[in-house]
Amino acid sequence: MIQSFVLPYTAVLSARFRMILQYRAAAIAGFVTQIGWGAIRVMAMEAFYRSTNAPQPMNLEDVVTYVWLGQALLGLLPWNPDTEVRTMVRSGTVAYELVRPVNLYAYWFSRSLAFRIAPTLMRSIPLALLALLFFGMQPPASPEALVVWLAATLGAVLLSTALTVILTITLMWTISGEGVALLVSPVIYILAGMVIPLPLFPDWAQFALEILPFRGICDAPFRLYMGHIPITEAWTVLLHQLIWIIVLVAFGAWLLSKATRRLVIQGG
Amino acid sequence: MANPLALYTHYVSISLRSQMQYRVSFILGTMGQLLGTAVEFIGILALFDRFGSLSQWSLAEVAFFYGLVNVAFAVTDMLSRGFDHVGDLVRTGEFDRMLLRPRSTVLQLIGQEFTLKRFGRFFQGGGVLLWSTLYLDIAWSPAVVALTAVTVICGACFFLGLFINIGTLSFWTTETLELMNVLTYGGIEASKYPLAIYRTWFRRFFTMVIPMGCVTYFPILAILGRPDPLGTSLAFQYTAPFFGLLYFVLSLFIWRLGLRHYRSTGS
Repeated sequence: MIQSFVLPYTAVLSARFRMILQYRAAAIAGFVTQIGWGAIRVMAMEAFYRSTNAPQPMNLEDVVTYVWLGQALLGLLPWNPDTEVRTMVRSGTVAYELVRPVNLYAYWFSRSLAFRIAPTLMRSIPLALLALLFFGMQPPASPEALVVWLAATLGAVLLSTALTVILTITLMWTISGEGVALLVSPVIYILAGMVIPLPLFPDWAQFALEILPFRGICDAPFRLYMGHIPITEAWTVLLHQLIWIIVLVAFGAWLLSKATRRLVIQGG
Repeated sequence: MANPLALYTHYVSISLRSQMQYRVSFILGTMGQLLGTAVEFIGILALFDRFGSLSQWSLAEVAFFYGLVNVAFAVTDMLSRGFDHVGDLVRTGEFDRMLLRPRSTVLQLIGQEFTLKRFGRFFQGGGVLLWSTLYLDIAWSPAVVALTAVTVICGACFFLGLFINIGTLSFWTTETLELMNVLTYGGIEASKYPLAIYRTWFRRFFTMVIPMGCVTYFPILAILGRPDPLGTSLAFQYTAPFFGLLYFVLSLFIWRLGLRHYRSTGS
């Protein structure tokens, strides 16, 4: 009974997975680009740390690990909507999505989950291995840190997917394409900790950064990994993620129900 | 038949008209570009707030590097979209049609799209550049003004050379190699800070193999009137941008070689 209920979602998840895994050349290109990117970031951070002796909220070794984790898990960021839905909205085939006997939100959530995980898996493991061996990335602070990091990464994936679905739904308002995603993704990028580690932002900004959902995608899991957030406080990270996942899923589902009610199908 | 310049102007006007059909998309795209580069600069501001300085470089100086490089790159970014598509053109056989037209392929490719939304980067970089000059004490002699103009132009040419290289490689791979992004967008990422802060192997690569430092670092030292911590002379700093131009000419030459190698895929 349960099996037949979840079957459509797992089917779309695995189909998308296999499709995305076909793009190996793109994966290799992304891989090399990210190594270069990481190396540049690390060298710049080294130069900044050489400039001062004042104690910083994070030491250089942690920053280096933070940068490489960020490069390895870059694909998890909700930086673009599901591009196929854009095509569907343009061509009108999105109507077929509406007649499927499944919960559309859950269906799109499964699609986006594969969309986020598959490319990331492909490049994150080799990249992390290389960074660990040659580029100064540190292993997890402790076995416990590894466990809580894995748990928080799962939370990050769900959080990111919930945001991706919201970006995807906004496509139903603008036929002209990316629209909202173009404006939102740079903001998510910096607030998640991809531009610089969040603890290095000015102290007055920290409170807002703590509350917003985006640190749950990169910053908080990374700092659990390196023990910068102690194990005893891991539950606060997981709770913060959980609350935001519930809020964003609820918001996404509500937004989708509004969108489908006013959807105009492009003919042709 | 129209001369190349008139033809190019015509290409641009067609491209602009087509982009203006999706006005909302254009506005959002430009703002997205602006935001995308702005968050990088916010990162720089935050780091300076924490660390005070970057080696011996001040925030205003780094902002000048960042601004000038982004302005030069934005110009290329508007012109170069066509070279990104060479892989598709070769694969579909469209490229054969370009060869039949009595105009240079490079001109046709540059004319393919004038990517208006890249103005976002241009405005953002230009804004940072102007802001930095308010805080810097630059002696704007005619020579320095000329050097600034030459640096932007040679910088744009150099980056265009890189994009032409990407297109040239597609003759062999029939695919656009995103791999080269590490040089183009990676290069722009690196040049927002002075080249001197990087490790030796990296500096050498981006001076001697890919002469990016020649358009993004050395001339800017002369503009700022700062001695080079790497010890280059003022005369070199003034001539350096021309190595960027040379790279562009070389890229055009390699493109010609690639054209001669080109075999239609026949599809």
